[in-house]
Amino acid sequence: MQIYLPIAEMSVNIFLILSMGGVVGLLSGLFGVGGGFLMTPLLFFIGVPPAVAVGTEANQIVASSVSGVLAHWRRGNVDLRMGAVLTVGGFIGSTFGVALFSVLRGLGQIELVISLSYVIFLGVIGGLMFYESMKAILRLRAAPAGRAPRSARGPGRHTWMHGLPFKMRFRKSKLYISALLPLGIGFVVGVLAAIMGVGGGFVMVPAMIYLLGMPTQVVIGTSLFQIIFVTANTTFLQATVNQTVDVVLALLLLVGGVVGAQIGARMGAKLRGEQLRVLLALIVLGVCFKLAFDLMVTPSEPFSFGGLGE
Amino acid sequence: MSVRVILVALAIAVGLTRTGVAQSVPLVADLSNHLVAITTGFTGTDVLLFGATDGPGDVVIVVRGPATDVVLRRKDRFGPIWANAEAVAMRDVPSFYNVASNRDIAEFTSERIRDLYEIGLENLKLKFVDSQLSEETRQAYGDALIRLNSERELYNPENGKVSLLANRLFRAELHFPANVPTGAYEVGIYLFRNGDVVSGEFVPLIISKTGVGAEVYDFAHNLAPLYGLLAIVIAVLAGWAAEAVFRRT
Repeated sequence: MQIYLPIAEMSVNIFLILSMGGVVGLLSGLFGVGGGFLMTPLLFFIGVPPAVAVGTEANQIVASSVSGVLAHWRRGNVDLRMGAVLTVGGFIGSTFGVALFSVLRGLGQIELVISLSYVIFLGVIGGLMFYESMKAILRLRAAPAGRAPRSARGPGRHTWMHGLPFKMRFRKSKLYISALLPLGIGFVVGVLAAIMGVGGGFVMVPAMIYLLGMPTQVVIGTSLFQIIFVTANTTFLQATVNQTVDVVLALLLLVGGVVGAQIGARMGAKLRGEQLRVLLALIVLGVCFKLAFDLMVTPSEPFSFGGLGE
Repeated sequence: MSVRVILVALAIAVGLTRTGVAQSVPLVADLSNHLVAITTGFTGTDVLLFGATDGPGDVVIVVRGPATDVVLRRKDRFGPIWANAEAVAMRDVPSFYNVASNRDIAEFTSERIRDLYEIGLENLKLKFVDSQLSEETRQAYGDALIRLNSERELYNPENGKVSLLANRLFRAELHFPANVPTGAYEVGIYLFRNGDVVSGEFVPLIISKTGVGAEVYDFAHNLAPLYGLLAIVIAVLAGWAAEAVFRRT
């Protein structure tokens, strides 16, 4: 059954979109990742204009983050103070990102920048994940009993970061650090959200653990909390400045995504973590190589229309 | 139902020309539908064009979509990757262009006539914004425009789609694909005899979005901030509802 997407201005098969939402939702439930970084390239592959894919995906992530944060909220795993500071940075970052998006679109370079950002981020993250999980598998083989994850927090570490001004106390995270750090992280994630159509959890979570030294149990909840506001801001700005948010597409992806995520979370509980991570790493690297290949191969058609209907 | 209505209409039209009431009108034509509505389930449509002539001749139909301004970009190699380099802007380019006729147009028209009436893709008069462009560049970008729009099924120089009946009646199915641009179309019908146009008629056609899709589009463009806020509210509610449903099960 075909459905006409009013903003993307194209007809798509409704079941294709639902199953794409389902598969990405399954993966995100399985691996505990947002899924935006897989969904946006998938939307490119089926022919949704990149600008619409990015704007719409931000809208969908609002929904999936709300749905994800509630459980963490009830368990008290959201550091509100930290979340607020990250959100301020994220607001500035995403506002800047949408403006940059608009300028690049006018120059006809937005698709290149989106593709390049994806190649770089997917390459780095897929590579690291593959390396880490292979190492874990090999370590498990060598000593099946020794399964103690390394503590990320090095107590008593003192680096240049602790010399920064505007120190703030984050009680829930048990931290006394400069507000500039979460502001900066929020800013970077906000720019990524606007340009790549992702929540940015894959950058923020490692940054919160390794850079800020936050306790792991509050990291996911706090990052989801911040992602809601940043993607909401991105949705609003993309809708206002670029008119690239397709509500119909977002809703379809959402339905598939929510169901998939629930199934994925249940499956994930029964499967082995390391093998799963290798699999996710391979998927991420696969998408990365496809995008890189498309950038490098001689195009069969060197000409293209600039702008959307302009 | 429409077929019969059309036949009746045709009979009247032919009858009129026979009896000489409309002797001065060598060509009459109309569309089965003057308004194509793009709804949520739109996957393209056919519109029947029908008409009558006052005697033998060849019929050529030219469908032109609303004129738009177009920017075309060309990719160039930058190190290992390909990226958009130069851009060329064109003004008043037909967003849709189809030609149909009862036989190969070249058999009964001269190049001069085709050029004059802009019949055929090679005779489209493209207006470049930058008047300093070289002939070579114009050619390359003009070809690219035609190629890209042909791939999207918007430009179509298909011949032989018009069927003639007893040298009096003619009909043609005009096809509009799913990605058809919206706006005011102009359907030109030309009657050729001895290599020249003896009569022409223009029939308007409106293609517009209707239903939910159109409302969403208008809303997104005219009330963008409100649309953005609503998109967020929908997403928050949907996320919350999803969590609530699955928490219980």
